[in-house]
Amino acid sequence: MNDIWQGLAQALRLVLGLDADLIEISGLSLQVSLGATLIASVIGLPLGAWLAINRFRARRVVIAVLNALMGLPPVVVGLFVYVLLSRSGPFGVLGLLFTPTAMVIAQVIIITPIIASIAHQAIRDLWADYHDLLISLNTSRAQRIRTLLWDGRRALMTASLAGFGRAIGEVGAIMIVGGNIDHVTRVLTTAIALETGKGEFGLALALGFVLISLAVLVNLAVHFLSRTERSGRW
Amino acid sequence: MVGSILPLALEDITLRRAGKVILGPLSWVLDGAGITVVMGPNGSGKTSFLRAMHGLERVNAGRIAWAAPLEAVRARQAFVFQTPILMRRSVVDCIAYPLRLDGVARKTARARAAEAAAKVGLGAMLEQPAQVLSGGEKQKLALARALVRGPELLFLDEPCANLDGRATREIEAILRDAREGGTRIVMSTHDHGQARRLADDILFLYNGRLVETGPKAVLLETPTTPEMTAFINGELLP
Ligand SMILES: Nc1ncnc2c1ncn2[C@@H]1O[C@H](COP(=O)(O)OP(=O)(O)OP(=O)(O)O)[C@@H](O)[C@H]1O
Ligand SMILES: [Mg+2]
Repeated sequence: MNDIWQGLAQALRLVLGLDADLIEISGLSLQVSLGATLIASVIGLPLGAWLAINRFRARRVVIAVLNALMGLPPVVVGLFVYVLLSRSGPFGVLGLLFTPTAMVIAQVIIITPIIASIAHQAIRDLWADYHDLLISLNTSRAQRIRTLLWDGRRALMTASLAGFGRAIGEVGAIMIVGGNIDHVTRVLTTAIALETGKGEFGLALALGFVLISLAVLVNLAVHFLSRTERSGRW
Repeated sequence: MVGSILPLALEDITLRRAGKVILGPLSWVLDGAGITVVMGPNGSGKTSFLRAMHGLERVNAGRIAWAAPLEAVRARQAFVFQTPILMRRSVVDCIAYPLRLDGVARKTARARAAEAAAKVGLGAMLEQPAQVLSGGEKQKLALARALVRGPELLFLDEPCANLDGRATREIEAILRDAREGGTRIVMSTHDHGQARRLADDILFLYNGRLVETGPKAVLLETPTTPEMTAFINGELLP
């Protein structure tokens, strides 16, 4: 219990003192996870919508695979990306291993299934509501998807935020592909893992509090921004 | 511009659902002008009949033949559902939506939608979320949205069910206007009064079969089948 109070106090000291290292690794955390969320949303949201409105033979299989991928252990994803990006791997020439880009790639793989799956459920319900109307209005497939994405935007935002939450707290994959290199690929979660390993519980806890605060702040910011767009009853 | 999408010829269409025939075999030609009212007791197939013509239900047998290519047919008709389907948007954006689909610029579309809303008496609630409207207002919104593209053919499925006298009168006035404007209307109702007030022709369905059809005056005054006679006399059909 004492450790926790000390951790909180240290967190406050670091934040208020604008600790340079803290700002750097927090910044990189946000940058990597927000980048991954953005890319995963661009892929996952339309994919979810597309799965919701199209009937094709392999649909059930794709959805089952998507749900299974949601539970993918991050370490395995990390290992997989590591092998692909390592010097002897197929993408070795790109020299991406141990860079923030590699961390973004790993996180995109981890959270795209989550975002797509939540989006799929939300859009499927909306599609059930809108189906007859959109057919009656003679909409093209692209128009249907665009309409459902737009009218379902609140639920989709939640999907993206769930993805972001998973990304910002993720450690297994980025540890492997990023390497936790100081001033290069060190982020909050990997720093916490490192400090805990060294027995520096106070610092580890302090970083933990910063991590939680950042996650909450991002969620609040997104909700606030969407609230300012005049909200109706939906 | 293609010529009229009408006449529409239904040749022995049959709808089977869950192993039983719910409509047909039924043949009918939709042509001319005015309002055709589809009547019949609950479950007689009115909704299925309208949806099949509109292309929302697959027919299991028979032929549906339009006078124009399918693309024109799909684009020049509209449907008002028995329970309105409203999008999660404001009133004006709901009505503007079909215009936006046609590529009309947002501003123009919203201006035209506002006009259409005013015509059905929703001019004061343009920015309200559609979902908070009353039942009658929702029906009017659905009607305004259906009319905003200026359809050649309009289907309405019991547009005044659950509405009080005043709302019904307002909707009937809008439908008469649309008829004057040249829109061909096919609507279902089981309100005899509405049929008397609005219909040019009446089509009577019973157990999925077309029992009688003809001009209102003839059909309502001198029905020839026992089912129609009983229905008009307000008897409860088995
Ligand atoms: N998808 C379906 N599967 C099984 N039965 C169906 C289906 N759709 C309609 N039916 C049945 O077909 C019959 C006709 O239904 P329909 O909705 O066309 O009647 P209706 O004349 O519009 O009735 P109401 O006046 O109650 O609106 C009903 O008995 C209904 O239960
Ligand atoms: Mg019906």
